[in-house]
Amino acid sequence: MGRPGVSARGFTNPARRTARAELRELWDHRELLFYIAWRDIKVRYKQAALGVAWIVIQPIVSIAIFSLLFGRLLKVPSGNVPYPVFATAALLPWNYFAGALTRASGSLVASASLYTKIYFPRVVIPISAILGGLLDLAISFAVLIGLMLIYGVSPSLLVLTLPAFILLASMAALAFSLWLSALNVRYRDVGHLVPFLVQVWMYATPVVYGADLIPQRWRFLLGLNPMTTVTEGFRWALVGGPPPGSTTSPIVVGGSLMLVCVVLLGGLAYFRHTERTFADVV
Amino acid sequence: MWCEPMSDVCVRVEELGKRYRIGSVRRANTLRDAIATAVRGSVRRNPRGREDRQTIWALRNVSFDVREGEVLGVIGRNGAGKSTLLKILSRVTEPTEGRVVVHGRLGSLLEVGTGFHPELTGRENVYLNGVILGMKRKVIQKKFDDIVAFSGVGQFIDTPVKRYSSGMYARLAFAVASSVEPDVLLVDEVLSVGDAEFQNRCYERMHGLSAAGRTVLFISHSMPAVKALCTRAILLDGGRVAGEGAVDEVIASYLQAGARPTADGFIPADAARIGTGTIRLRRVVVEDTGGQPLAQLFLNQPFCVVLTLEVLEDTEDAILEVGISTTDGTRVTTSFSTDGERPAERLGRGWYEVRLDLAPGLLPRAYVVDAGVHHLGQGHLTIDFVERVLGLTVLNESETGHDRHIPTPTRGLVRPVGHWLLPRPVSIPGGGAKP
Repeated sequence: MGRPGVSARGFTNPARRTARAELRELWDHRELLFYIAWRDIKVRYKQAALGVAWIVIQPIVSIAIFSLLFGRLLKVPSGNVPYPVFATAALLPWNYFAGALTRASGSLVASASLYTKIYFPRVVIPISAILGGLLDLAISFAVLIGLMLIYGVSPSLLVLTLPAFILLASMAALAFSLWLSALNVRYRDVGHLVPFLVQVWMYATPVVYGADLIPQRWRFLLGLNPMTTVTEGFRWALVGGPPPGSTTSPIVVGGSLMLVCVVLLGGLAYFRHTERTFADVV
Repeated sequence: MWCEPMSDVCVRVEELGKRYRIGSVRRANTLRDAIATAVRGSVRRNPRGREDRQTIWALRNVSFDVREGEVLGVIGRNGAGKSTLLKILSRVTEPTEGRVVVHGRLGSLLEVGTGFHPELTGRENVYLNGVILGMKRKVIQKKFDDIVAFSGVGQFIDTPVKRYSSGMYARLAFAVASSVEPDVLLVDEVLSVGDAEFQNRCYERMHGLSAAGRTVLFISHSMPAVKALCTRAILLDGGRVAGEGAVDEVIASYLQAGARPTADGFIPADAARIGTGTIRLRRVVVEDTGGQPLAQLFLNQPFCVVLTLEVLEDTEDAILEVGISTTDGTRVTTSFSTDGERPAERLGRGWYEVRLDLAPGLLPRAYVVDAGVHHLGQGHLTIDFVERVLGLTVLNESETGHDRHIPTPTRGLVRPVGHWLLPRPVSIPGGGAKP
């Protein structure tokens, strides 16, 4: 195209592109990523009378129940931190992860009307579903801050490590939802599976209990769960729990990171392989 | 970056083919089905052969070039492969074979309103839709006032679009879509049918872009529009290119190629159809009220369309459709079996004959009949549809020879049943007193 003033962009279909070209394309669509995330947030709270208040109401109720059930009745040990603060510090990242995984897994089916009419990198859809959860996470910090003020727990400079754990939770959510969202396009069973999976996963993650409650010989299994690193990390950074990996070993933490990488790369490959027929199958 | 020295070719379509699995009724959409299919497949002696029967080439060996600045019309009846071509050109799906090379940015007027969310305001939707269509936020910001002015939505721009009338909604969506400045524009006319104003805007937009030297691909049913807008045309039939060249010639060959039923009205096996195929239309004839087959009608003559169906799978909710169109593709009228609150038909396996008595009051000219069966549920999923299944000519002469239509081209397509009361003298108070 020799016409001046016109971008020399073009494409072929089918496209044979390198991973680098695809990353650049994703970068070119970063605004779309944010707009879709923004739309989802906006629509989620638009016609709810309590609107954004739901973001804090839901964890408050869960924490009240957990504190009563696990803190008071079952007396789950929470170190030298009051149980409500102990539970909240782990519940925030867990809720973020669970919400992100659930929404992202259903996102390709929910947004079918978009990518069956117009082209853009489809991976934008699950990624923005995960991004959309970050705002909820930020707002729900209000609950934790409130509880920390009430119980007089003050954080240390370790707070600065939080972004790393949020990143890990996001990567874990993306890794698994790449598989689940793409599978969901063909097999709607995934829609039934995910809520169940999330429920089981929560009890396999130290959210309502601490990792040290688990017998030593099972801890490495718990430690391979990347969300263990995230919830333990949140407690360590915010309310002074033991550092992540201290209940097992750094090698197990490394193993959980490896697991995320493997699932993520596999998920990307599977997603790339199946996305070319999404529009035909969905 | 794709610039091989290929002169001014803007879109190159090379040996394009797209194979679909049919039998969407039994599509493996749950894991259980997939497992069941896999088990069945392994038990069968020849699972490959079975697969072959379940696939269809929606497009095969399609090649053509579009030069820069050209307005290419793509015509063909339903099921000819137009939408599949559109989907591949817009990169929504990948071809099974061959490839498409597009130089420059491609935009389309087919996804008007894609991504519009009813809960969001007009303003929010302009940004959202604009970004989805590939514009940068800054560009949308710059064009925002123009978009609003063009849409005529005005003060309602901050109202959720679910409160918009459908016209406002479409105008805003179109305003956003047409603010994209692509090098190659795809227009799917099928989606803009029904709203004359909207159609005209699409045409104006096409005119504007082609005048600016942009390339336009116009996928259409409407022969007058193709004639008026395009510089060249391609005819698709059964997924293949059946004609290419000057617009008038291609249109002429399209109009000649009907479904060519046999003398007794049976639809040939190779007729282009769309639908799931669980019911098949086998024969369509037009008869007079006495049951004699007809090809020509007198003015105002009532007639009967007789459909013969073969039901291959029990169907709970069938709706029958008979449509009458002009030979250039403008639908004149449609009759559904559910019109007048009739319930959908429950049809067990077997052969059926269906009769439809019509007195549509068609004015003299040549028409074609389209016939189909759809589901009432499942979003009116089409079971079988044959376009242009037979021709029908209305003569400029009544049965008795006394009632004659005055032929002028501006009289429209149908003559309603009307009763004129003869002029009778009236007295107006103060009548005749005006200077």
